[in-house]
Amino acid sequence: MSEQTRDYVLGEHPELPAPDQRSGFVKWAMENLFSSIGNSVVTIVGLYILYLVIPPFIQWAIIDSVVLGAESRRECQAINPDGACWAFIYRRWDQFVYGFYPAPERWRVNLSFVFVAIIIAIALVEKLRAIKGAIWVALALVAACAILIVGGMFGLDRVPTNKFGGFMLTLIIGLTGIFASLPIGIVLALSRLSSLPIFSIFATIFIEFIRGVPLITLLFIASTLLSYFLPPGTNFDLLVRVLIMVTLFSAAYLAEVIRGGLAAIPRGQYEAADALGLSYWKSMRLIILPQALKISIPGIVSSFIGLFKDTTLVLIIGLLDPLGIGQAAIADVKWIALSNELYVFIALFFFVFCFSMSRYSLYLERKLHTGHKR
Amino acid sequence: MKKLLPLAVGIAAIAATSGAYATTLEDVKSADVLKCGVSTGLAGFATPDDAGNWQGLDVDLCRAVAAAVLGDSEKVEFVPLSSKVRFEVLKSGEIDVLSRVTTWTLTRDVGLGLNFAGVNYYDGQGFMVSKELGVNSASELDGASVCIQTGTTTELNLSEYFRLNNMTYEPVPVETSAEGRSAYSAGRCDIYTTDASALAAQRSGLENPADHIILPEIISKEPLGPVVRHGDDQWFDIVKWTHNAMLNAEELGVTSANAMERSKDASNPAVQKLLGTADAGLGAQLGLSEDWAMNIITQVGNYSESFERNVGAETPLKLARGLNALWTNGGIQYAPPIK
Repeated sequence: MSEQTRDYVLGEHPELPAPDQRSGFVKWAMENLFSSIGNSVVTIVGLYILYLVIPPFIQWAIIDSVVLGAESRRECQAINPDGACWAFIYRRWDQFVYGFYPAPERWRVNLSFVFVAIIIAIALVEKLRAIKGAIWVALALVAACAILIVGGMFGLDRVPTNKFGGFMLTLIIGLTGIFASLPIGIVLALSRLSSLPIFSIFATIFIEFIRGVPLITLLFIASTLLSYFLPPGTNFDLLVRVLIMVTLFSAAYLAEVIRGGLAAIPRGQYEAADALGLSYWKSMRLIILPQALKISIPGIVSSFIGLFKDTTLVLIIGLLDPLGIGQAAIADVKWIALSNELYVFIALFFFVFCFSMSRYSLYLERKLHTGHKR
Repeated sequence: MKKLLPLAVGIAAIAATSGAYATTLEDVKSADVLKCGVSTGLAGFATPDDAGNWQGLDVDLCRAVAAAVLGDSEKVEFVPLSSKVRFEVLKSGEIDVLSRVTTWTLTRDVGLGLNFAGVNYYDGQGFMVSKELGVNSASELDGASVCIQTGTTTELNLSEYFRLNNMTYEPVPVETSAEGRSAYSAGRCDIYTTDASALAAQRSGLENPADHIILPEIISKEPLGPVVRHGDDQWFDIVKWTHNAMLNAEELGVTSANAMERSKDASNPAVQKLLGTADAGLGAQLGLSEDWAMNIITQVGNYSESFERNVGAETPLKLARGLNALWTNGGIQYAPPIK
């Protein structure tokens, strides 16, 4: 209409800049790290801080460190006074892994670790899960692990649970809590939303009570108070009590996360399920829960990560998780005061597990993504 | 009324079962293991070694009780306890004896319903400060921040001492001794206070032990000993006389090495009575076998052996016997005779 219309005229072309010749890292860095003066300053300061922190840490933790060949902190320092002394972790590796589990019986724990790996693979990898009977194999392996670790049947010696410790204990508490609390959490969330008052009132009281009390208090109740209520002479294993408390605690949080997911499902979905004539359980199983759980994944995994880290609290009631084993180790005069090494090591252990969980949850979200993503 | 009947029957049944409470001795014998509460890790008193075996002065007492009752010092289940939960765990019956550097006070003995079966280490609370502070006496500590383990008598002593001397302090609460040491070495507090025996261990773990001094003032009496529940006098006697047997053995010169030999020597009736060869029926009075003390001494040793092995001059703690020497050597460890 006006003169500025850009109709193509033969032999002429608009004056556009040449296409960006940069590519790869340079392009990415220019666009993301040095796009403006402010951005460049922040980048340089950030790199400088990393330069200040990382090389000395690597020097301390890896280059100057002592792992083998030292029998005590003093010998570590004789070898290299500036480095980390990982020798106590090496010397006490068995304690860090098995606690005080009797040495000749440790193959049982090792075998259980293999079984647990298979169970987790079945639970997480869809192709394995799809194999017929896989779930029964997994359940059988769970039972096998319990029998192997506790013993007392099939000719295996019984190992008292207070001998359990270290990573083994963390895994027992963490994995039991994770696998047992999910179904309980789903049931609690559904009860809380139930139209039957007896279910919804009970679930609400339970959830609010458990969420309103710190985990450490529940653990204290488990470790000391319960034996006042139970009839004298009953020996209700401390570890079992802790497992129950941790599971209930995690279930109450999960219930709320899942309730959030249920609340996000449009009303039309419930009505559609009803219109199809599905029973309550069928509509939940086939229509509502698959969608609700999918949107709850980040929250659920957050709860699991929180639960896994909370297992260190059992230290206070005298169960020796890796942190407890480590603190006992650095109380020994031979290894006294190696707390930096200990906490770095424990942090690494928890990071590996929690980071894996978090990555798996991202993978799952991407895989299950069916269209509502923004 | 009819509805109340089952309830009444239930209560009666519970009352009946609690009436038939087994004694601690019977419980331990039927379980064939002694459940002993120890520290979660305190150098010289209770720590697991690299192989996972518990070692220490408090641990030896547990082993001695197991040797006396079950004839085997290895039949102990060690239950590591934090200072906060130890009494609850003891009172709830989860453990049979608490041997966890516990200070004997009236409140604990009477108010908490516990019995202290003797004193296996006489301790006192001290202060450690960095030399840089230039402090030479505890009276110069006004305004200092203090790392202190919560739920212990040291907490009370500290506040009383500062109040009496018209000084103020800022508490930095810590949960374990390891945490206390890290907090202190990281400079989160000026002073670290705990029992003098533990201070020595903590100082040996600092970067430069020579840069820190333990102030001369000992501000409290800390008689540390094994604890049992009220209401089972037989068990109380057993723990009490286990400790006494170790002291008497030292006094009579009976050691783990020579106990067998000395038991055959008829010339000293006191030794014969201690080791059960005099046929005096002393073990039976405790509800134990006659070789109860023999088992303690051959498997664990006398008090001196236990002391030197765990905290003595040959160990990194290098604690002197001091108050813990026998009364014959100028200390206050004095055990009633076994006869």
